Amino acid sequence: MLNILTFSRVPSLASSTVLPVLGGIAVAGLLWSFFEPESAATLLVWTPYLARGFAMNILISICAIALGSLVGLILGALELSPRALIRFPALVYVQIFRNAPHLVLIFATTYIFPFEILVAGLRIPFPDWIKATIGLAIPASAHIAEIVRGAVQSIPTAQWEAAAGMGFSRSQTLRWIILPQCIKRVLPPWMNLYASISMGTALASLVGVNELLHAATDASTAVQRTDFTVAVYLTVLVWFFVYCYPVARFTQNLERRFAVR
Amino acid sequence: MTESKREERAILVKMEDVHLAFGQTQVLKGIDLEVRKGDAVSIIGPSGSGKSTILRCINGLVTPQRGSITVGQTAVHELKSEAERIPLRKRIGIVFQQYNLFPHLSVLENIVIAPVRIQGVGRPEAERHARELLARVRLSDKEHAYPGELSGGQQQRVAIARALAMRPELVLFDEVTSALDPETVGEVLAVIRELVADGLTSILVTHEMRFAEEISDEVLFTEGGRIVERGSPASLFHNSSNPRIHSFINGLGSGAKTRESAL
Repeated sequence: MLNILTFSRVPSLASSTVLPVLGGIAVAGLLWSFFEPESAATLLVWTPYLARGFAMNILISICAIALGSLVGLILGALELSPRALIRFPALVYVQIFRNAPHLVLIFATTYIFPFEILVAGLRIPFPDWIKATIGLAIPASAHIAEIVRGAVQSIPTAQWEAAAGMGFSRSQTLRWIILPQCIKRVLPPWMNLYASISMGTALASLVGVNELLHAATDASTAVQRTDFTVAVYLTVLVWFFVYCYPVARFTQNLERRFAVR
Repeated sequence: MTESKREERAILVKMEDVHLAFGQTQVLKGIDLEVRKGDAVSIIGPSGSGKSTILRCINGLVTPQRGSITVGQTAVHELKSEAERIPLRKRIGIVFQQYNLFPHLSVLENIVIAPVRIQGVGRPEAERHARELLARVRLSDKEHAYPGELSGGQQQRVAIARALAMRPELVLFDEVTSALDPETVGEVLAVIRELVADGLTSILVTHEMRFAEEISDEVLFTEGGRIVERGSPASLFHNSSNPRIHSFINGLGSGAKTRESAL
Protein backbone atom coordinates (compact mmCIF):
# COMPACT_ATOMS: atom_id res chain seq x y z
CA MET A 1 0.00 0.00 0.00
CA LEU A 2 2.78 2.35 0.89
CA ASN A 3 4.20 2.03 -2.58
CA ILE A 4 1.02 3.13 -4.31
CA LEU A 5 0.63 6.11 -1.99
CA THR A 6 4.13 7.41 -2.60
CA PHE A 7 3.88 6.94 -6.35
CA SER A 8 0.54 8.66 -6.74
CA ARG A 9 2.00 11.72 -5.09
CA VAL A 10 4.27 12.33 -8.06
CA PRO A 11 2.00 14.34 -10.37
CA SER A 12 3.89 13.90 -13.65
CA LEU A 13 3.71 10.14 -13.32
CA ALA A 14 0.04 10.01 -12.37
CA SER A 15 -1.01 9.99 -16.01
CA SER A 16 1.35 7.13 -16.85
CA THR A 17 0.32 3.63 -15.92
CA VAL A 18 3.89 2.39 -15.72
CA LEU A 19 4.61 3.16 -12.09
CA PRO A 20 1.19 2.12 -10.68
CA VAL A 21 1.43 -1.22 -12.50
CA LEU A 22 5.02 -1.82 -11.36
CA GLY A 23 4.02 -0.69 -7.88
CA GLY A 24 1.15 -3.18 -7.90
CA ILE A 25 3.54 -5.98 -8.81
CA ALA A 26 5.88 -4.96 -5.97
CA VAL A 27 2.97 -5.00 -3.50
CA ALA A 28 1.83 -8.43 -4.72
CA GLY A 29 5.39 -9.66 -4.31
CA LEU A 30 5.60 -8.34 -0.75
CA LEU A 31 2.25 -9.91 0.17
CA TRP A 32 3.32 -13.24 -1.28
CA SER A 33 6.62 -13.23 0.61
CA PHE A 34 4.65 -12.50 3.80
CA PHE A 35 2.46 -15.61 3.34
CA GLU A 36 5.17 -17.84 1.83
CA PRO A 37 8.33 -16.80 3.65
CA GLU A 38 10.18 -20.05 2.90
CA SER A 39 9.65 -19.92 -0.86
CA ALA A 40 10.56 -16.25 -0.82
CA ALA A 41 13.82 -16.95 1.00
CA THR A 42 14.76 -19.68 -1.50
CA LEU A 43 13.92 -17.34 -4.37
CA LEU A 44 16.17 -14.69 -2.84
CA VAL A 45 19.05 -17.18 -2.76
CA TRP A 46 18.55 -17.92 -6.46
CA THR A 47 18.09 -14.28 -7.47
CA PRO A 48 21.78 -13.55 -8.38
CA TYR A 49 21.77 -16.65 -10.62
CA LEU A 50 18.51 -15.59 -12.26
CA ALA A 51 19.83 -12.04 -12.68
CA ARG A 52 22.91 -13.35 -14.51
CA GLY A 53 20.52 -15.19 -16.82
CA PHE A 54 18.45 -12.08 -17.41
CA ALA A 55 21.59 -10.08 -18.21
CA MET A 56 22.11 -12.59 -21.03
CA ASN A 57 18.56 -11.89 -22.33
CA ILE A 58 19.31 -8.18 -22.35
CA LEU A 59 22.66 -8.74 -24.06
CA ILE A 60 21.09 -10.92 -26.76
CA SER A 61 18.21 -8.51 -27.33
CA ILE A 62 20.50 -5.47 -27.69
CA CYS A 63 22.90 -7.25 -30.02
CA ALA A 64 20.01 -8.66 -32.09
CA ILE A 65 18.28 -5.28 -32.50
CA ALA A 66 21.59 -3.58 -33.34
CA LEU A 67 22.52 -6.17 -35.96
CA GLY A 68 18.94 -6.36 -37.24
CA SER A 69 18.72 -2.58 -37.56
CA LEU A 70 21.97 -2.32 -39.49
CA VAL A 71 21.08 -5.11 -41.92
CA GLY A 72 17.42 -4.00 -42.08
CA LEU A 73 18.38 -0.43 -42.99
CA ILE A 74 20.51 -1.68 -45.88
CA LEU A 75 17.79 -4.15 -46.98
CA GLY A 76 15.14 -1.43 -46.81
CA ALA A 77 17.23 0.78 -49.09
CA LEU A 78 17.78 -2.14 -51.48
CA GLU A 79 14.03 -2.85 -51.55
CA LEU A 80 13.54 0.67 -52.90
CA SER A 81 16.15 0.37 -55.64
CA PRO A 82 14.83 1.19 -59.12
CA ARG A 83 16.79 -1.83 -60.39
CA ALA A 84 14.87 -5.10 -60.18
CA LEU A 85 18.08 -7.10 -59.92
CA ILE A 86 18.89 -5.37 -56.63
CA ARG A 87 15.33 -4.99 -55.38
CA PHE A 88 14.20 -8.55 -55.98
CA PRO A 89 16.65 -10.49 -53.76
CA ALA A 90 15.97 -8.04 -50.91
CA LEU A 91 12.21 -8.49 -51.31
CA VAL A 92 12.58 -12.27 -51.28
CA TYR A 93 14.77 -12.22 -48.15
CA VAL A 94 12.30 -9.95 -46.36
CA GLN A 95 9.23 -11.99 -47.26
CA ILE A 96 10.85 -15.29 -46.29
CA PHE A 97 12.21 -14.22 -42.92
CA ARG A 98 9.29 -12.02 -41.93
CA ASN A 99 7.15 -15.14 -42.13
CA ALA A 100 9.53 -17.59 -40.46
CA PRO A 101 9.00 -18.70 -36.82
CA HIS A 102 11.73 -17.26 -34.60
CA LEU A 103 12.29 -20.56 -32.84
CA VAL A 104 12.94 -22.33 -36.14
CA LEU A 105 15.49 -19.69 -37.10
CA ILE A 106 17.23 -20.01 -33.72
CA PHE A 107 17.46 -23.79 -34.17
CA ALA A 108 18.70 -23.31 -37.73
CA THR A 109 21.46 -20.85 -36.79
CA THR A 110 22.48 -23.03 -33.84
CA TYR A 111 23.02 -26.09 -36.00
CA ILE A 112 24.21 -24.39 -39.21
CA PHE A 113 27.07 -22.42 -37.65
CA PRO A 114 30.12 -24.30 -36.30
CA PHE A 115 30.98 -24.15 -32.59
CA GLU A 116 34.31 -22.52 -33.39
CA ILE A 117 35.87 -20.72 -36.33
CA LEU A 118 39.41 -21.22 -37.57
CA VAL A 119 40.97 -17.88 -38.50
CA ALA A 120 44.67 -17.92 -39.48
CA GLY A 121 45.34 -20.92 -37.27
CA LEU A 122 43.45 -19.37 -34.34
CA ARG A 123 40.46 -21.24 -32.97
CA ILE A 124 37.84 -18.64 -32.13
CA PRO A 125 34.88 -20.07 -30.23
CA PHE A 126 31.44 -19.33 -31.65
CA PRO A 127 29.21 -19.47 -28.57
CA ASP A 128 25.56 -20.45 -28.71
CA TRP A 129 24.33 -17.08 -27.48
CA ILE A 130 25.78 -15.38 -30.55
CA LYS A 131 24.07 -17.96 -32.78
CA ALA A 132 20.77 -17.26 -31.03
CA THR A 133 21.41 -13.53 -31.47
CA ILE A 134 21.81 -14.07 -35.21
CA GLY A 135 18.68 -16.23 -35.23
CA LEU A 136 16.73 -13.32 -33.73
CA ALA A 137 18.50 -10.65 -35.81
CA ILE A 138 17.43 -12.28 -39.09
CA PRO A 139 13.66 -11.79 -38.65
CA ALA A 140 14.36 -8.44 -36.98
CA SER A 141 16.26 -7.27 -40.07
CA ALA A 142 13.33 -8.35 -42.28
CA HIS A 143 10.87 -6.42 -40.12
CA ILE A 144 13.09 -3.33 -39.98
CA ALA A 145 13.52 -3.44 -43.76
CA GLU A 146 9.73 -3.20 -44.08
CA ILE A 147 9.54 -0.43 -41.47
CA VAL A 148 12.23 1.54 -43.31
CA ARG A 149 10.63 0.95 -46.71
CA GLY A 150 7.24 2.10 -45.44
CA ALA A 151 8.70 5.21 -43.81
CA VAL A 152 10.70 6.16 -46.91
CA GLN A 153 7.63 5.72 -49.10
CA SER A 154 5.59 7.92 -46.76
CA ILE A 155 7.86 10.91 -47.50
CA PRO A 156 6.31 12.99 -50.33
CA THR A 157 7.96 12.44 -53.74
CA ALA A 158 8.31 16.22 -53.99
CA GLN A 159 11.20 15.91 -51.52
CA TRP A 160 13.00 13.53 -53.92
CA GLU A 161 12.31 15.86 -56.81
CA ALA A 162 13.59 18.91 -54.93
CA ALA A 163 16.80 17.08 -54.01
CA ALA A 164 17.25 15.72 -57.55
CA GLY A 165 16.77 19.24 -58.89
CA MET A 166 19.70 20.37 -56.75
CA GLY A 167 22.00 17.65 -58.06
CA PHE A 168 21.66 15.07 -55.28
CA SER A 169 22.09 11.45 -56.35
CA ARG A 170 19.58 8.85 -55.15
CA SER A 171 21.80 7.64 -52.33
CA GLN A 172 22.71 11.19 -51.28
CA THR A 173 19.01 12.07 -51.19
CA LEU A 174 18.31 9.03 -49.06
CA ARG A 175 21.21 9.77 -46.72
CA TRP A 176 20.77 13.53 -46.24
CA ILE A 177 17.11 14.25 -47.00
CA ILE A 178 14.83 11.23 -46.69
CA LEU A 179 16.18 9.05 -43.86
CA PRO A 180 16.56 11.95 -41.38
CA GLN A 181 12.86 12.67 -41.93
CA CYS A 182 12.02 9.01 -41.35
CA ILE A 183 13.46 8.72 -37.84
CA LYS A 184 10.32 10.11 -36.24
CA ARG A 185 8.10 7.66 -38.08
CA VAL A 186 10.39 4.69 -37.56
CA LEU A 187 10.99 5.06 -33.83
CA PRO A 188 7.65 3.72 -32.48
CA PRO A 189 7.54 0.52 -34.60
CA TRP A 190 11.25 0.04 -33.98
CA MET A 191 10.74 0.08 -30.21
CA ASN A 192 7.77 -2.26 -30.55
CA LEU A 193 10.03 -4.65 -32.37
CA TYR A 194 12.65 -4.31 -29.64
CA ALA A 195 10.09 -5.31 -26.98
CA SER A 196 9.09 -8.29 -29.11
CA ILE A 197 12.73 -9.37 -29.59
CA SER A 198 13.38 -9.04 -25.86
CA MET A 199 10.55 -11.48 -25.18
CA GLY A 200 11.83 -13.73 -27.96
CA THR A 201 15.21 -14.11 -26.22
CA ALA A 202 13.58 -16.69 -23.92
CA LEU A 203 13.56 -19.02 -26.94
CA ALA A 204 17.35 -19.21 -26.66
CA SER A 205 16.89 -21.43 -23.58
CA LEU A 206 15.79 -24.21 -25.94
CA VAL A 207 19.21 -24.33 -27.60
CA GLY A 208 21.02 -24.31 -24.26
CA VAL A 209 21.83 -20.64 -23.84
CA ASN A 210 22.04 -19.84 -20.14
CA GLU A 211 19.47 -17.05 -20.00
CA LEU A 212 16.66 -16.31 -17.55
CA LEU A 213 14.24 -19.10 -18.50
CA HIS A 214 17.10 -21.61 -18.56
CA ALA A 215 18.26 -20.37 -15.14
CA ALA A 216 14.71 -20.71 -13.79
CA THR A 217 14.56 -24.31 -15.02
CA ASP A 218 17.92 -24.97 -13.31
CA ALA A 219 16.59 -23.49 -10.06
CA SER A 220 13.36 -25.45 -10.24
CA THR A 221 15.22 -28.72 -10.90
CA ALA A 222 17.61 -28.07 -8.03
CA VAL A 223 14.99 -27.10 -5.43
CA GLN A 224 12.39 -29.73 -6.38
CA ARG A 225 9.39 -28.02 -4.79
CA THR A 226 6.16 -27.23 -6.59
CA ASP A 227 5.47 -23.95 -4.80
CA PHE A 228 9.00 -22.76 -5.62
CA THR A 229 8.68 -23.86 -9.27
CA VAL A 230 5.51 -21.78 -9.60
CA ALA A 231 7.21 -18.86 -7.88
CA VAL A 232 10.34 -18.96 -10.00
CA TYR A 233 8.47 -19.08 -13.32
CA LEU A 234 6.17 -16.28 -12.14
CA THR A 235 9.34 -14.33 -11.36
CA VAL A 236 10.54 -14.91 -14.93
CA LEU A 237 7.23 -13.55 -16.25
CA VAL A 238 7.41 -10.52 -13.97
CA TRP A 239 10.99 -9.70 -14.95
CA PHE A 240 10.19 -9.81 -18.64
CA PHE A 241 7.08 -7.73 -18.02
CA VAL A 242 8.96 -5.15 -15.97
CA TYR A 243 11.56 -4.84 -18.72
CA CYS A 244 9.20 -4.74 -21.72
CA TYR A 245 6.16 -2.89 -20.38
CA PRO A 246 7.82 0.53 -20.00
CA VAL A 247 9.20 0.18 -23.54
CA ALA A 248 5.70 -0.53 -24.84
CA ARG A 249 4.19 2.38 -22.87
CA PHE A 250 6.89 4.77 -24.06
CA THR A 251 6.24 3.64 -27.63
CA GLN A 252 2.54 4.39 -27.24
CA ASN A 253 3.36 7.84 -25.90
CA LEU A 254 5.64 8.52 -28.85
CA GLU A 255 2.99 7.34 -31.30
CA ARG A 256 0.41 9.63 -29.74
CA ARG A 257 2.79 12.58 -29.78
CA PHE A 258 3.72 12.06 -33.45
CA ALA A 259 0.10 11.50 -34.46
CA VAL A 260 -0.86 14.96 -33.17
CA ARG A 261 1.70 16.69 -35.37
CA MET B 1 15.82 43.71 -69.57
CA THR B 2 19.61 44.07 -69.50
CA GLU B 3 21.49 46.80 -71.30
CA SER B 4 23.04 44.84 -74.17
CA LYS B 5 20.94 44.02 -77.19
CA ARG B 6 19.13 40.73 -76.82
CA GLU B 7 20.33 39.28 -80.14
CA GLU B 8 23.98 39.84 -79.16
CA ARG B 9 23.80 37.68 -76.06
CA ALA B 10 24.77 34.01 -76.22
CA ILE B 11 22.09 31.34 -76.36
CA LEU B 12 21.91 29.40 -73.09
CA VAL B 13 18.93 27.08 -73.62
CA LYS B 14 17.73 25.74 -76.94
CA MET B 15 14.87 23.27 -77.38
CA GLU B 16 14.02 21.89 -80.80
CA ASP B 17 10.96 19.84 -81.69
CA VAL B 18 10.63 18.33 -78.20
CA HIS B 19 7.95 15.64 -77.90
CA LEU B 20 7.07 13.97 -74.63
CA ALA B 21 4.38 11.54 -73.56
CA PHE B 22 3.55 10.08 -70.16
CA GLY B 23 2.22 6.67 -71.15
CA GLN B 24 -0.54 7.29 -73.68
CA THR B 25 -0.87 10.99 -72.87
CA GLN B 26 0.95 13.32 -75.25
CA VAL B 27 2.10 16.23 -73.09
CA LEU B 28 4.54 18.06 -75.38
CA LYS B 29 3.93 18.00 -79.14
CA GLY B 30 6.90 19.79 -80.63
CA ILE B 31 8.32 22.53 -78.42
CA ASP B 32 10.91 24.97 -79.79
CA LEU B 33 12.40 27.63 -77.62
CA GLU B 34 15.50 29.74 -77.15
CA VAL B 35 16.69 31.49 -74.03
CA ARG B 36 19.67 33.83 -74.11
CA LYS B 37 21.99 34.66 -71.22
CA GLY B 38 20.33 37.28 -69.05
CA ASP B 39 16.87 36.61 -70.47
CA ALA B 40 13.70 36.33 -68.46
CA VAL B 41 11.29 34.19 -70.46
CA SER B 42 7.77 33.62 -69.22
CA ILE B 43 5.57 30.70 -70.19
CA ILE B 44 1.85 31.28 -69.80
CA GLY B 45 -1.12 29.19 -70.77
CA PRO B 46 -3.93 27.07 -69.38
CA SER B 47 -3.34 24.28 -66.86
CA GLY B 48 -2.28 20.99 -68.37
CA SER B 49 -0.78 22.65 -71.43
CA GLY B 50 2.68 21.32 -70.59
CA LYS B 51 4.28 24.42 -69.07
CA SER B 52 5.82 22.73 -66.03
CA THR B 53 6.91 19.77 -68.14
CA ILE B 54 8.94 22.10 -70.36
CA LEU B 55 10.89 23.25 -67.27
CA ARG B 56 11.44 19.66 -66.11
CA CYS B 57 12.83 18.72 -69.54
CA ILE B 58 15.45 21.42 -69.27
CA ASN B 59 17.03 20.12 -66.04
CA GLY B 60 16.46 16.47 -66.94
CA LEU B 61 13.81 15.66 -64.31
CA VAL B 62 11.81 14.18 -67.20
CA THR B 63 13.17 12.87 -70.49
CA PRO B 64 11.44 13.60 -73.79
CA GLN B 65 11.05 10.86 -76.39
CA ARG B 66 12.00 13.07 -79.32
CA GLY B 67 13.79 16.35 -80.03
CA SER B 68 16.91 18.03 -78.74
CA ILE B 69 17.62 20.20 -75.72
CA THR B 70 20.90 21.97 -75.14
CA VAL B 71 21.92 23.97 -72.08
CA GLY B 72 25.20 25.79 -72.77
CA GLN B 73 27.47 23.08 -74.16
CA THR B 74 25.43 20.20 -72.72
CA ALA B 75 23.17 18.12 -74.95
CA VAL B 76 20.53 17.22 -72.37
CA HIS B 77 18.77 14.72 -74.66
CA GLU B 78 21.98 12.68 -74.89
CA LEU B 79 22.33 12.21 -71.13
CA LYS B 80 21.41 8.58 -70.59
CA SER B 81 21.51 8.10 -66.82
CA GLU B 82 20.65 9.96 -63.64
CA ALA B 83 24.38 10.15 -62.86
CA GLU B 84 25.03 11.97 -66.14
CA ARG B 85 22.27 14.48 -65.41
CA ILE B 86 23.70 15.50 -62.03
CA PRO B 87 26.34 17.96 -63.36
CA LEU B 88 23.56 19.61 -65.41
CA ARG B 89 21.27 19.99 -62.40
CA LYS B 90 24.02 21.60 -60.37
CA ARG B 91 24.07 24.40 -62.96
CA ILE B 92 20.30 24.93 -62.97
CA GLY B 93 18.24 26.09 -60.01
CA ILE B 94 14.59 25.18 -59.74
CA VAL B 95 11.90 26.65 -57.50
CA PHE B 96 8.65 24.71 -57.09
CA GLN B 97 5.04 25.69 -56.58
CA GLN B 98 4.90 23.92 -53.19
CA TYR B 99 8.38 25.25 -52.13
CA ASN B 100 9.51 21.69 -51.21
CA LEU B 101 11.85 22.86 -48.47
CA PHE B 102 13.39 20.13 -46.33
CA PRO B 103 11.25 20.21 -43.16
CA HIS B 104 13.89 18.62 -40.91
CA LEU B 105 16.48 21.33 -41.64
CA SER B 106 16.61 24.93 -40.51
CA VAL B 107 16.44 27.73 -43.07
CA LEU B 108 20.23 28.10 -43.09
CA GLU B 109 20.75 24.32 -43.42
CA ASN B 110 18.27 24.16 -46.29
CA ILE B 111 20.40 26.69 -48.15
CA VAL B 112 23.87 25.30 -47.38
CA ILE B 113 23.17 21.57 -47.73
CA ALA B 114 23.63 21.38 -51.50
CA PRO B 115 26.76 23.59 -51.70
CA VAL B 116 28.35 21.70 -48.79
CA ARG B 117 27.31 18.12 -49.62
CA ILE B 118 27.12 18.27 -53.42
CA GLN B 119 29.53 20.98 -54.53
CA GLY B 120 32.05 20.50 -51.74
CA VAL B 121 32.09 24.18 -50.75
CA GLY B 122 33.60 24.79 -47.32
CA ARG B 123 31.03 25.32 -44.56
CA PRO B 124 32.11 28.85 -43.54
CA GLU B 125 32.03 30.00 -47.17
CA ALA B 126 28.64 28.32 -47.77
CA GLU B 127 27.18 29.94 -44.65
CA ARG B 128 28.54 33.35 -45.58
CA HIS B 129 26.95 33.06 -49.01
CA ALA B 130 23.69 31.75 -47.49
CA ARG B 131 23.45 34.79 -45.18
CA GLU B 132 24.06 37.05 -48.15
CA LEU B 133 21.21 35.34 -50.01
CA LEU B 134 18.93 35.51 -46.98
CA ALA B 135 19.54 39.25 -46.82
CA ARG B 136 18.66 39.43 -50.50
CA VAL B 137 15.32 37.70 -49.97
CA ARG B 138 14.85 39.78 -46.79
CA LEU B 139 14.81 36.89 -44.32
CA SER B 140 18.01 37.52 -42.39
CA ASP B 141 16.20 37.15 -39.08
CA LYS B 142 14.90 33.66 -39.97
CA GLU B 143 18.10 31.67 -40.46
CA HIS B 144 17.44 29.45 -37.43
CA ALA B 145 13.72 28.97 -38.10
CA TYR B 146 12.32 25.71 -39.50
CA PRO B 147 10.19 25.70 -42.67
CA GLY B 148 7.07 24.75 -40.67
CA GLU B 149 7.37 27.99 -38.70
CA LEU B 150 7.32 30.22 -41.78
CA SER B 151 4.49 31.59 -43.92
CA GLY B 152 4.13 30.38 -47.51
CA GLY B 153 5.71 33.54 -48.89
CA GLN B 154 8.65 33.23 -46.51
CA GLN B 155 9.12 29.55 -47.38
CA GLN B 156 9.10 30.38 -51.07
CA ARG B 157 11.74 33.07 -50.58
CA VAL B 158 13.91 30.54 -48.72
CA ALA B 159 13.40 28.17 -51.66
CA ILE B 160 14.62 30.91 -54.00
CA ALA B 161 17.68 31.49 -51.81
CA ARG B 162 18.28 27.73 -51.78
CA ALA B 163 18.17 27.60 -55.58
CA LEU B 164 20.61 30.52 -55.81
CA ALA B 165 23.05 28.95 -53.34
CA MET B 166 24.45 26.72 -56.09
CA ARG B 167 25.28 29.88 -58.13
CA PRO B 168 23.22 28.56 -61.07
CA GLU B 169 23.49 29.79 -64.65
CA LEU B 170 19.75 29.49 -65.00
CA VAL B 171 16.81 29.39 -62.59
CA LEU B 172 13.49 27.73 -63.41
CA PHE B 173 10.47 29.14 -61.55
CA ASP B 174 7.53 26.73 -61.66
CA GLU B 175 4.33 28.60 -60.73
CA VAL B 176 6.08 29.84 -57.62
CA THR B 177 3.21 32.06 -56.47
CA SER B 178 0.30 29.74 -57.27
CA ALA B 179 0.16 28.20 -53.80
CA LEU B 180 0.50 31.50 -51.97
CA ASP B 181 -2.22 33.66 -50.51
CA PRO B 182 -2.61 36.94 -52.39
CA GLU B 183 -1.01 38.98 -49.61
CA THR B 184 2.33 37.18 -49.84
CA VAL B 185 2.47 36.90 -53.64
CA GLY B 186 3.88 40.44 -53.83
CA GLU B 187 6.87 39.77 -51.56
CA VAL B 188 7.93 36.79 -53.68
CA LEU B 189 7.48 38.62 -56.97
CA ALA B 190 9.51 41.56 -55.62
CA VAL B 191 12.43 39.22 -54.99
CA ILE B 192 12.22 37.70 -58.47
CA ARG B 193 11.92 41.15 -60.04
CA GLU B 194 15.20 42.20 -58.40
CA LEU B 195 17.01 39.04 -59.46
CA VAL B 196 15.89 39.49 -63.06
CA ALA B 197 16.98 43.13 -62.98
CA ASP B 198 20.40 41.95 -61.77
CA GLY B 199 20.72 39.83 -64.91
CA LEU B 200 19.67 36.36 -63.69
CA THR B 201 18.74 34.09 -66.58
CA SER B 202 15.35 32.62 -65.80
CA ILE B 203 12.37 30.80 -67.24
CA LEU B 204 9.12 31.39 -65.38
CA VAL B 205 5.92 29.44 -65.61
CA THR B 206 3.38 31.82 -64.18
CA HIS B 207 -0.23 32.89 -63.94
CA GLU B 208 0.73 36.42 -62.87
CA MET B 209 0.06 38.18 -66.17
CA ARG B 210 0.95 41.69 -65.11
CA PHE B 211 4.21 40.46 -63.61
CA ALA B 212 5.09 38.46 -66.74
CA GLU B 213 4.40 41.50 -68.87
CA GLU B 214 6.58 43.69 -66.69
CA ILE B 215 9.73 41.60 -66.36
CA SER B 216 9.89 39.32 -69.43
CA ASP B 217 12.06 39.67 -72.52
CA GLU B 218 9.83 37.16 -74.23
CA VAL B 219 6.49 35.56 -73.40
CA LEU B 220 5.37 32.16 -74.71
CA PHE B 221 1.76 31.06 -74.77
CA THR B 222 1.28 27.29 -74.61
CA GLU B 223 -1.83 25.26 -75.26
CA GLY B 224 -2.26 21.54 -75.81
CA GLY B 225 1.47 20.79 -75.71
CA ARG B 226 2.43 23.40 -78.31
CA ILE B 227 3.69 26.96 -78.18
CA VAL B 228 0.80 28.74 -79.86
CA GLU B 229 2.28 32.21 -79.85
CA ARG B 230 5.46 33.95 -78.74
CA GLY B 231 6.82 37.45 -78.74
CA SER B 232 7.60 40.51 -76.70
CA PRO B 233 5.25 41.12 -73.76
CA ALA B 234 3.73 44.11 -75.55
CA SER B 235 2.98 42.18 -78.73
CA LEU B 236 1.53 39.19 -76.93
CA PHE B 237 -0.52 41.00 -74.31
CA HIS B 238 -1.75 43.93 -76.41
CA ASN B 239 -1.35 43.26 -80.14
CA SER B 240 -2.13 39.57 -80.45
CA SER B 241 -4.53 38.62 -83.19
CA ASN B 242 -5.24 35.27 -81.52
CA PRO B 243 -8.69 35.38 -79.86
CA ARG B 244 -7.75 32.43 -77.62
CA ILE B 245 -4.95 34.47 -76.01
CA HIS B 246 -7.28 37.40 -75.53
CA SER B 247 -9.85 35.33 -73.75
CA PHE B 248 -7.18 33.60 -71.63
CA ILE B 249 -5.53 36.84 -70.53
CA ASN B 250 -8.79 38.63 -69.91
CA GLY B 251 -10.27 35.58 -68.22
CA LEU B 252 -7.32 35.43 -65.84
CA GLY B 253 -7.41 39.18 -65.27
CA SER B 254 -10.88 38.95 -63.83
CA GLY B 255 -10.07 35.49 -62.51
CA ALA B 256 -7.53 36.83 -60.05
CA LYS B 257 -10.36 37.14 -57.58
CA THR B 258 -11.94 33.80 -58.39
CA ARG B 259 -8.58 32.11 -57.91
CA GLU B 260 -8.64 33.24 -54.35
CA SER B 261 -11.93 31.50 -53.70
CA ALA B 262 -10.78 28.43 -55.59
CA LEU B 263 -7.85 27.94 -53.22
